[in-house]
Amino acid sequence: MLRNWNWLVWSGFAAALLAAFSYIPFFSRFPATRDFPWANLLLFLAAGCMLGIGVYRAFAHSSRYRGKISGIILSVLSLVLCGLFCFGVFFAARDLPSAKSALRVGQQAPDFLLTGSDGNPVTLSGLRQGRRAVLLIFYRGYW
Amino acid sequence: MVAISVDSPEESRRLCQSRGYTFRLLSDPRADTIRAYGVIHEHGSEEGRDIARPAEFLVDQTGTIRWVNLAGTLLARLRPETALRAIDGMAHANARGFVR
Repeated sequence: MLRNWNWLVWSGFAAALLAAFSYIPFFSRFPATRDFPWANLLLFLAAGCMLGIGVYRAFAHSSRYRGKISGIILSVLSLVLCGLFCFGVFFAARDLPSAKSALRVGQQAPDFLLTGSDGNPVTLSGLRQGRRAVLLIFYRGYW
Repeated sequence: MVAISVDSPEESRRLCQSRGYTFRLLSDPRADTIRAYGVIHEHGSEEGRDIARPAEFLVDQTGTIRWVNLAGTLLARLRPETALRAIDGMAHANARGFVR
């Protein structure tokens, strides 16, 4: 008897791929999905559900559905993707130095002399001239 | 508003041109200023170079730090409305004027 293609395990794997690789090119562009990657975690959840049902029916209804081996391989690969994603989001991205060393509210901001992108020198005291407040944004840079 | 990183002025110029930024990018290649503000991330770059961690300081007219924002994760970025709220808060507390 010809058994049905177990599309759920393949859809589940596709969802896991999408979940793992859509954050940087797509979801990181929007503040709502960037600061906490809930959209990607939801995609992983959907992938898990599809793979779970797909593998279950491959074994429970093996006369009707294929996908025992492919289901297990794709499930393991999806788990690895999910693990790497969670490691990146919850450990690697939070591996920042302690905030305790940073200057605090009420302290005097040290003056600086830095080079602007036009090549001209810029000082904090110069930026503050004319009784202006200044917002300093430190960023990692693109090296 | 100025942005500070270890990038060279040439890299910052390229970034400004490609993204259309109108605020100033300042270059701190030896990370002296980044260190002075206590926001150094040692070996933070992929090549192990010392770079700045993301951090924002609002400095008032007298040179006093009035607001600090240190995100706990690299995924989070300062939202414009958050910065504006901090500036409004400072303005309510005292003064006027903000350099862009």
